Amino acid sequence: MANKRMTEDEAIATLSDGMTIGIGGWGSRRKPMSLVRALLRSNLKDLTIVSYGGADVGLLCAAGKVKRLVYGFVSLDSIALEPHFRAARQNGTIPEVVEYDEGMLQWGLYAAALRLPFLPTRAGLGSDVVKNDPSLRTVKSPYADGEELLAVPALNLDAAFVHLNRADERGNAQFLGPDLYFDDLFLGAAAVGRRFLSAEKIVPTEELLKNGTIHTMKINRSMVDGVIEAPNGAHFTNCQPDYERDEKFQKEYADAAKDPETWKAFVDTYLSGSEADYQKAVAAR
Amino acid sequence: MSDATLGEICVAAVADTFRGDGEIFASGMGTIPMLGARLARATFEPELLVSDGEAFFVANDLPVGGTDKQVEGWIPFRTVFDALWGGRRHVVMGASQIDTFGNQNIANIGDWNKPKSQLLGVRGAPGNTINHTTSYFIGNQTNRVFVEKVDTVSGIGYDRAAKLGDWVKAHHEIRRVVTNLAVYDFNTPDHHMRVASLHPGVSIDDVVAACSFELVIPSDVPATRLPTDEELRVLREVLDPKSFRDRELPAA
Repeated sequence: MANKRMTEDEAIATLSDGMTIGIGGWGSRRKPMSLVRALLRSNLKDLTIVSYGGADVGLLCAAGKVKRLVYGFVSLDSIALEPHFRAARQNGTIPEVVEYDEGMLQWGLYAAALRLPFLPTRAGLGSDVVKNDPSLRTVKSPYADGEELLAVPALNLDAAFVHLNRADERGNAQFLGPDLYFDDLFLGAAAVGRRFLSAEKIVPTEELLKNGTIHTMKINRSMVDGVIEAPNGAHFTNCQPDYERDEKFQKEYADAAKDPETWKAFVDTYLSGSEADYQKAVAAR
Repeated sequence: MSDATLGEICVAAVADTFRGDGEIFASGMGTIPMLGARLARATFEPELLVSDGEAFFVANDLPVGGTDKQVEGWIPFRTVFDALWGGRRHVVMGASQIDTFGNQNIANIGDWNKPKSQLLGVRGAPGNTINHTTSYFIGNQTNRVFVEKVDTVSGIGYDRAAKLGDWVKAHHEIRRVVTNLAVYDFNTPDHHMRVASLHPGVSIDDVVAACSFELVIPSDVPATRLPTDEELRVLREVLDPKSFRDRELPAA
């Protein structure tokens, strides 16, 4: 049986400039932050990022790594507006922006996961989503109703990052919190070979069901290529029930983002070394 | 004479938007909309489903920030979208801008290509408004919020819905807009926004001054109803003992 254990940096080493990367979680909830931090440490550039965005999007925008951004929203939840994302939008530093309805984003990922070219929906019709993305097309129902629907194109990903509570070393994984979000769809939409899953803890397969019911095991090993053990890996977003969001740190992040000087100090303190250095700096506060 | 605060009047006005909705998901974004949904369910609309704001339907009258939940169902985001596209939901959202037909903007202020102020993005507003009943709560009505034309149409209004065919026309409904000044609806022949009621102490001149488009003003505009004694008791003792409602909407 394949042991898919690897490090964040090994996962990032499989990527190249210009790739499309989907990032799981939702807003400031259970984000694969240790993988995002590894991406920040890399020299990769011109990326397309697909996300129900939070600080993942903010950090990648601040680092100038984003060429194209596909999102339904970007928010830190308890802090409504993401400061780096705002600045990037207001300064026009993201070359291509695709802003979807939240349900459209789900549909695009689902279409990719099902290997369909598109999925139809009404969500988005009539709104400025269709004006701001002129590549969007409609499709007419072939049945008697003849209704015109929006055809959300498949959001095919070159790579996906998700963070779950538990996994085994073969890639079977478990969410123990209240919501899987759309992590299974991100994995499903991504190219085989670059579907990366970090977990708070890697456990023997037989232990998985001791942690929660079968309903928590929505991710199976056919959906995952690399497994990374990342304790506190979602920090500073939440990872219920293992930990809540680090609100104090999130506020420090958001405050630091307001000014280039304070942001530089933040980067120096937290984001200039390895993941271990990050976790040490967080613990030392 | 009632001693209801502005926050309490607005919560009751939001609750009224759910009247007659029955067994659907009453979803409120923000403190006052959430309290409105919970107050409606606790009093005159007991069949409603309300959530904890995270991923659970709660059967008990959960206070704001309360953790003692009697869970009656699981509503992760994917199931929210299912309920939403299935039409089993009425949401009360916020709006950074709104126009006479109920087109709403929460995405950004200024040109979308390079916004003066980037806000949340469109979030679920396009899908909400095309699939089920939507109302809005606006805590700071000014003529920069009630605008001639919104900068980015997130939630669609009546003029846009009318162009989208019979299914959309049958299911699109912007029921009401509750603000710190008044309650509005779209019960006019061409669905322009109309003043439905004025909060205590607010005049027609006040709402006109806080609006950049021409409001439909009936000859006789009633006062917004005050919460009943029972509603005030439920709100103050059960749903919001720490008075988050008054923090969100302090009296003028």
